[in-house]
Amino acid sequence: MSLWLRFGPLLLALATALPAQAAERPVSFSRDIKPILASKCYACHGPDEQNRKADLRLDTADGAHESGVIEPGKPDASELIARVTSQDPDEQMPPSDSKKPPLTAEELALLKRWIAAGAKYDAHWSYVPPVRTAPPVIETEKWRDWARNPIDAFILAQQLEHQLHPAADAERRTLIRRLTFDLTGLPPSETEVAAFLADESPDAYERLVDRLLRSPHLGERLAVMWLDAVRFADTGGYHSDNHRDVSPYRDWVIRAFNENMPFDQFTLEQLAGDLFPLATNDQKIASGYNRLLMTTEEGGAQAKEYTAKYLGDRVRNVSSVWLGATLGCAECHDHKFDPYTAKDFYSMGAFFADVQEKAVGRQDQTSVPTNEQLARLSAIDQRIAALNKALDEPSAELDAAQAKWEEATLAKLTSSSNAWMVVKPSEVTSANQQTLTVQDDQSVLASGENPAKDTYTITLPAALDKITGLRLEALRHESLANQGLSRANGNFVLTEVSVALVNSSGAQSQPVKLKSAVADFSQDTYPIAHAIDGKNNTGWAVAGHQQPADHVAAFTFEKPVSGGGEARLVVKLAHDSQFPQHNIGRFRLALTGQDQPSLTTPDGLPVELANILQTPAAQRSAAAAHKLQQHFRRVASETAATREEVAQLEQEKKTITDQASTLITMSGSPRTVRILPRGNWLDDTGEIVAPAIPAFLGKLETGERRASRLDLAQWLVARENPLTARVFVNRLWKIMYGHGLARSLEDYGTQGSYPSHPELLDWLAVEFMESDWNVRHLLKLMAMSHTYQQASTTSLAVRAKDPANDWLARQDAYRLDGEFVRDNALAISGLLVRNVGGPSVKPYQPAGYWQFLNFPRRTYANDHGENLYRRGLYTYWQRSFLNPSLVAFDVPSREECTNERPRSNTPLQALVLLNDPTFVEAARVFAGRMIQQGGTDAPQRLDYAFQRAVGRPATPGEIQVLTALVAKHRAAYTADPASAQQLVAEGESQPPENVDVSELAAWTSVARVILNLHETVTRN
Amino acid sequence: MFRPTQLPGDALTRRMFLGRSACGIGATALATSLASTFTSAARAASEPSTRRGVVHPLHFAPKAKRVIFMTMAGGMSHLETFDYKSKLAEMNGQPMPESFTKGQPIAQLQNAKLTCFAPQHPFKKYGESGQNIAQIFPHLGEVADELCIINSLKTEAINHDPAHTFMNAGTTLSGRPSMGSWLWYGLGCESENLPGFVVLTSNGKFGQGQPIASRQWHSGFLPGEFQGVQFRSQGEPVYYVRRPSGVSAAQQQDVIESIAALNRQHDEAIHDPEIATRIAQYEMAFRMQTSVPELVDLAQEPAHVLDMYGTQGGDGSFAANCLLARRLAERGVRFIQLYHRDWDHHGGVKAQIAGTAGEVDQAAAALIKDLKQRDLLKDTLLVFGTEFGRTPMAQGNGRDHHIKGFSCWLAGGGVKPGLTYGATDELGYNVTENLVHVHDLHATMLQLMGIDHERLTYRFQGRDFKLTDVAGHVVQPLLA
Repeated sequence: MSLWLRFGPLLLALATALPAQAAERPVSFSRDIKPILASKCYACHGPDEQNRKADLRLDTADGAHESGVIEPGKPDASELIARVTSQDPDEQMPPSDSKKPPLTAEELALLKRWIAAGAKYDAHWSYVPPVRTAPPVIETEKWRDWARNPIDAFILAQQLEHQLHPAADAERRTLIRRLTFDLTGLPPSETEVAAFLADESPDAYERLVDRLLRSPHLGERLAVMWLDAVRFADTGGYHSDNHRDVSPYRDWVIRAFNENMPFDQFTLEQLAGDLFPLATNDQKIASGYNRLLMTTEEGGAQAKEYTAKYLGDRVRNVSSVWLGATLGCAECHDHKFDPYTAKDFYSMGAFFADVQEKAVGRQDQTSVPTNEQLARLSAIDQRIAALNKALDEPSAELDAAQAKWEEATLAKLTSSSNAWMVVKPSEVTSANQQTLTVQDDQSVLASGENPAKDTYTITLPAALDKITGLRLEALRHESLANQGLSRANGNFVLTEVSVALVNSSGAQSQPVKLKSAVADFSQDTYPIAHAIDGKNNTGWAVAGHQQPADHVAAFTFEKPVSGGGEARLVVKLAHDSQFPQHNIGRFRLALTGQDQPSLTTPDGLPVELANILQTPAAQRSAAAAHKLQQHFRRVASETAATREEVAQLEQEKKTITDQASTLITMSGSPRTVRILPRGNWLDDTGEIVAPAIPAFLGKLETGERRASRLDLAQWLVARENPLTARVFVNRLWKIMYGHGLARSLEDYGTQGSYPSHPELLDWLAVEFMESDWNVRHLLKLMAMSHTYQQASTTSLAVRAKDPANDWLARQDAYRLDGEFVRDNALAISGLLVRNVGGPSVKPYQPAGYWQFLNFPRRTYANDHGENLYRRGLYTYWQRSFLNPSLVAFDVPSREECTNERPRSNTPLQALVLLNDPTFVEAARVFAGRMIQQGGTDAPQRLDYAFQRAVGRPATPGEIQVLTALVAKHRAAYTADPASAQQLVAEGESQPPENVDVSELAAWTSVARVILNLHETVTRN
Repeated sequence: MFRPTQLPGDALTRRMFLGRSACGIGATALATSLASTFTSAARAASEPSTRRGVVHPLHFAPKAKRVIFMTMAGGMSHLETFDYKSKLAEMNGQPMPESFTKGQPIAQLQNAKLTCFAPQHPFKKYGESGQNIAQIFPHLGEVADELCIINSLKTEAINHDPAHTFMNAGTTLSGRPSMGSWLWYGLGCESENLPGFVVLTSNGKFGQGQPIASRQWHSGFLPGEFQGVQFRSQGEPVYYVRRPSGVSAAQQQDVIESIAALNRQHDEAIHDPEIATRIAQYEMAFRMQTSVPELVDLAQEPAHVLDMYGTQGGDGSFAANCLLARRLAERGVRFIQLYHRDWDHHGGVKAQIAGTAGEVDQAAAALIKDLKQRDLLKDTLLVFGTEFGRTPMAQGNGRDHHIKGFSCWLAGGGVKPGLTYGATDELGYNVTENLVHVHDLHATMLQLMGIDHERLTYRFQGRDFKLTDVAGHVVQPLLA
């Protein structure tokens, strides 16, 4: 239960009455004076010691008062006032060469009033932990009942103080559209609007809020805000801007918001999920936060320079995202306006010195399945095991089929001229006194002393008329090391194979040249070709020490040789490598007369199985018989269905494993971090620093232990941290009300804007922390406020009085974020595919847009099917060339933290909405819907269309304009069906078949108009 | 023709009330003045923010009204172009003295043996001014008396990507506005039909094609309106400027007029100034659908002009882009940036740079001549620059990246012609005379356009940002 709900009435009872309207609001140093001093004076008389002039500092009370330039209570006797009003170029402040304009009359008046009142300093508002003040009690009769929760009390009090009052309540149809956009980034469907309008129960709105807060699209909407801040993208950013897999992190963010993960946990897992004891894969994925920065692969980039760049990047990001601080300004010198020092900058960077990465080059990825993926993988494995087991169950039916198969295959094997014939050696010798024994299966087994090197000489009767190749099987044996292939360690290195022919008369011997060799497997850098390259320091090996398995190689003669009679082949197998005793332990030789000797056998039967098959059934060992059965059951048509399922499951497993590959944080020995004088990475003279939080904000108590990212994260979300909660609730406020309570979302320091409602911001920050950082609770509090539910329209007088809407005497109206402009058009048309998560997708993009990418050159190929219609946030984020239709709508490339996007209004946006195939296709699909579901006449269809697009019926004026348009274009397209056909063919989805093409084209024009309307792309 | 609306201008938008101020007007003061404008003339026409510019009046009488910035991307060797070093020729093959290189940043030559590498092309004195220019630029030689060569540039980043960003935005950090956006923001745009900042890119045959990120023409923290727009001399000239297939010009006009009519109806009901802006932007979009194809259609150019540049158009070449640059300049575009991407000559610099120079020489010279004959050179500032130079040391038979001294030239509005300014040492390594930092170049460019670089500021993250950051001095000797 929320604290407000728990304590709300009590708080209201304790609330202090608002003082009678003060004639003149007392001057506040933080609110009124500091911004003036900071922008006009601090550059030379502020915190930056190195650049301080005249040894005067005005940013601290001590500095200002002791210097004597301020006489508290006596503005006219204060040097400060004399200087800022002086006309003398040698005296005046700010000096003319600073290019800072003189103080305005209003600023001067404030300064004088402040000195007159005693020139009191107070600490900068955001550096003091927030305290909950009681919401004001409204005594104005007319508005006494307006407030629905404390937010409203704070807002209303300020409105009244500024001679404003709340706007009317928004229409309910506006309210559901606004709320659905704010909480999901999507428009409500026309049925959702109708249901809400029809629901007259008093809690209808609250139930709507609750429904949307549990929508799977809430996480997507909040992720758009968060991913901008943490600079999430699919590519490295610098120079070649190559791909890396990070979508699991994006999906983690969406999931965390959807599960309403408390924000403190959300923080800990991103900064330090990898450091949790027994970190889950999800936590490791979350720690990918530390890897989202831009990285380079550029040739010639110096590791040391980029290590410094990455440190700066991380400091800028973490301080901006959580603290709203511009700590990045302290990279070269102490901060000019805020009490951050260069040492603070590098000490903050030192927290991340343990993050393992490549300074220059492609970053290593790790496979980290999510909990969901792990569960699925485990289910797949179980199913595959069950299916495989089923394949091995006794079955008379299958055994009968096998008998038939064996008969047929054996016939092929023996009748084929392609067959390899295993040949029993007539003589086997070892150059170094090993005992080589021919076994029953015609293989040769080595025993006795195992010499460092050895060469085997094997004589084979050459009975075939024509011999084209030699096959060598290396076979495991229990007497060999590691149950492998040699007595050394299970591996062998065969350095050379040579063959000689002793002719049919048995007298002459001549070498047989080997043309080529193939093997079923070769160890890295030990290819089979090395066994016939004439060099004794290279050879063929098969990793028998690591993966003991039988292996086979085939050697093709340059020319066929003639056998028959007394002809014999003398084969030499040399083991001359530097690896001692790597002599083959057991082998078998075979010959063939096939034209192109290869390792394949009829039906792709493995050599080993061909051998088993050629052994009479009665003589087969049980193991051999089982192998043959296993093989048969994995090729038999009778088991095809089962095998197909296994294959699909294997494919799914691979897809999941590939998708699970991502960048996570791996902690290692921390790099040394020094203060870089003036930010110069070549300068090693600076002091070495340990991880530490900015000194003026406190000190981590870790004793002798080096502070970690986890310590940093815990400090960020500690109750006494003055910034984190304010910064985050202000982000949420902007989502719900269009702008922050503190306007400058990127700076809460002295140069940032003073909050319009500091007590409210603090109240919300405390509420947030005390609700255990409950994001959903805060959103609900805001959504339920009366302030939120005001209309966004107002009188010209109110607009003139409060043009920026500081006092929230109306809701804001503004253009949707770029991704939502897209989502909205797709949703209105019905094309939108609402799948949550997964790898990034490639929607349409103009041809040639990637032509300036290089290393390597790339061509963009859009996806097909569902992936063309996914939400904008899943678009492939190519940092150096983000999809131009998003860029046109101010979507950032995410190279740096973006706390607030501009909301521009440009001709390029018009061109996108008019001409981008995504929007043209959406218009055509929308038109098809109007025709098929919107009724029969134009006014009906237009009503339907406006309900879908903007949640209201069409006005007579709109009907007039669009009816004329559709009539005109219907006539034109009827006369020119070829053009109509071209228009409706836009995009990869198929137009409906039973709709007249000219009619569809004409209504597509109408749909294009509606999708382009200001109202359609506006949240109001 | 398109029917003008009752609100042709970009009426004041709420965004402008947010207290983000330029040229030092206090936030409150700006908001007040705009608010009063708004109340007194709420529905009155006003100039669009993208046309007017924020610097009123200009800080100085401007010498130039527009800039054509030719970027030789990849790092143009100063030693084969504008900065001849006879001593380097003498020392060819000898070790590079350690006194030059010790402790200096270095790119691909890390841990390599450093030897001197002679200039690979002969130079010649051109024109009455006797400018010393490599003979691979015969056409530029013809206009040598118009050029103001700077041989003492220095930058801060040694890899392409950050160095490009530094040359364009005065910082290696992302998210800052490029110089074209700054100038558009400061000065506005004279064209009603075209954006104020246009980018054109071409490839060559003699290099490896530098990647160039769209960040190079981004408006950063400035309002998105001031983002550079990529034009292409091949294919669709501006992304999304083509009508959908099957939609005629008249039908597209019907659609846009219907959008405008409905937006006006909506505005009458709710009075949101943002709607007037949107209506104006649709008008601009509509005009662009005509003006852009017209602009890129070089068939209108007479044969002798095409011959002068050395292009028939439509080929995506640097030459075609130079001709387009002239057409853009004539139409009032404020900042035109051309990229040629093939100057990264790590190997085979002799043949490669001759090839690349051949791809730009004639057209760059033609641009000067053409502007001059149209009397546009006097108020058009041309810059022919690069992100850094190349090492006096060999990298095989090429050169590595070098940031301590390199060259560019300026020409046109307000620039002293026939001048060679600044110098590097006898081996072309360090600047020894009249150092011009990239910030100084920016300050000088702004000065020529009538702007004090310290007074064109934008408040972001609590700080007044400038193109020149906290540095930069106007290089007075370069000014005519």
